[in-house]
Amino acid sequence: MNRDRALGAARRRRSRSTGAGMASLGLFRPGSGPLHRLPALVKLLGLAALGVAVVVAGGPVASLALFGVAALALVLARPPVRTTVRGLAPLVVLAGLAAGYQVWRGDRTRAVEVATDLLSLVLAATAVTVSTPMADLLAVMVRVARPLRRWLPPEALALAVALMLRTVPALGRVLAETRDAARARGLGRDPRALLIPAAIRTVARAQATGQALAARGIGE
Amino acid sequence: MIEFESADVVVPGPGGEDVRILEPVTGTFPERRVSVIGPNGSGKSTLVRLINGLALPDSGAVRVNGLDTVTDGPAVRRQVGFVFTDPDAQLVMPTVVEDVVLSLRRLDLSTKDRRARALEVLARYRLEHLADVSVHALSGGQKQLLALASVLATEPRILVCDEPTTLLDLRWRHYVDELLDSLDQQTVIVTHDLDAAMRADRTLVVDRARVVFDGPPVEAVAFYRSLAGQSLEPR
Repeated sequence: MNRDRALGAARRRRSRSTGAGMASLGLFRPGSGPLHRLPALVKLLGLAALGVAVVVAGGPVASLALFGVAALALVLARPPVRTTVRGLAPLVVLAGLAAGYQVWRGDRTRAVEVATDLLSLVLAATAVTVSTPMADLLAVMVRVARPLRRWLPPEALALAVALMLRTVPALGRVLAETRDAARARGLGRDPRALLIPAAIRTVARAQATGQALAARGIGE
Repeated sequence: MIEFESADVVVPGPGGEDVRILEPVTGTFPERRVSVIGPNGSGKSTLVRLINGLALPDSGAVRVNGLDTVTDGPAVRRQVGFVFTDPDAQLVMPTVVEDVVLSLRRLDLSTKDRRARALEVLARYRLEHLADVSVHALSGGQKQLLALASVLATEPRILVCDEPTTLLDLRWRHYVDELLDSLDQQTVIVTHDLDAAMRADRTLVVDRARVVFDGPPVEAVAFYRSLAGQSLEPR
């Protein structure tokens, strides 16, 4: 029984460490629902408006209402349930911890606000990315950034955002592999054995990605 | 046509001194299939990186269809596709179809047409069922195939592959090899797979920063085997 429990824990750890759930959260899924049919610019403006409302609106009722809007948007986007639940789980835990801290301080109202505001933003952002192809999001970013083109090429900005999104799961994998390598050498508890190689591998990866972009003539 | 004219590459060494990682190379390569073999760290990758301007010659010149890689870099890269050993570094967009779409940004197409073209490309390489899947979720073989598809989407005239099958299992290695063999483009492939090297029209053997053999594949492989029999000595 103990062995089974240990195996289960190891498997759960492994599943977490590969970052598979987080990597798939918010990936575009083709569809024909109302959110899919909305133009990308409208959805991004909606997301921005929700962000402002979350900051400006006070009180748990407003926070719960905004949470309801974000949850409805996510339902309309029809993301894959299992992947989404798995991807959101760590954020729910984080929201729970933040709320718990507020309860511990004796401010229950603030606890509701903090947790629901955080989840509202994540749910709404997920709804946007699930229902909008990356190419459409990049096209909007290019259009919005056009007035800044003297200082910042819009295409480069859009590419940087796309790269950032792609890099999150990749860095998760680098960390997981480095942690495994440290464990294999009996250095699982030494933070230097994790952080230094992970940092070096991250820089190496950034250089390799830069070379790959140059090889594809992107950004020229 | 690829031309090397006394092209060499020098990098700063640990003590600040110049270290030549590729001795001057001269040659013209009109063959449809060229393979490059040699020990690890011998300079094979540096040699092929010169072809699309990822590495630039410190002296001499490299020309592709008459274009100089130093002065006409972007034009050269439009003609020369490059596939790396590790596709993870090469795939930069979140989903499969979006990575192909990124390659097509050079073409003057609408967003809708780009996606349609990208789906056509994926269908050609039997990846269409993975179009909206995260690149993170692909197997190593699927990633390398996607990296190839993303490069071939722009229909380059020359394809350079730096150990494209090194990280693949046997089945995927066969599949990628067959795909590379079937291409109309001129292909330059760096490989440790001597069977693949033998299928080329011409083979270069690189050792200790020099091209030490340049000729028919069978003889080149025999020469490389004789090299491999020599003792390993640190440079």
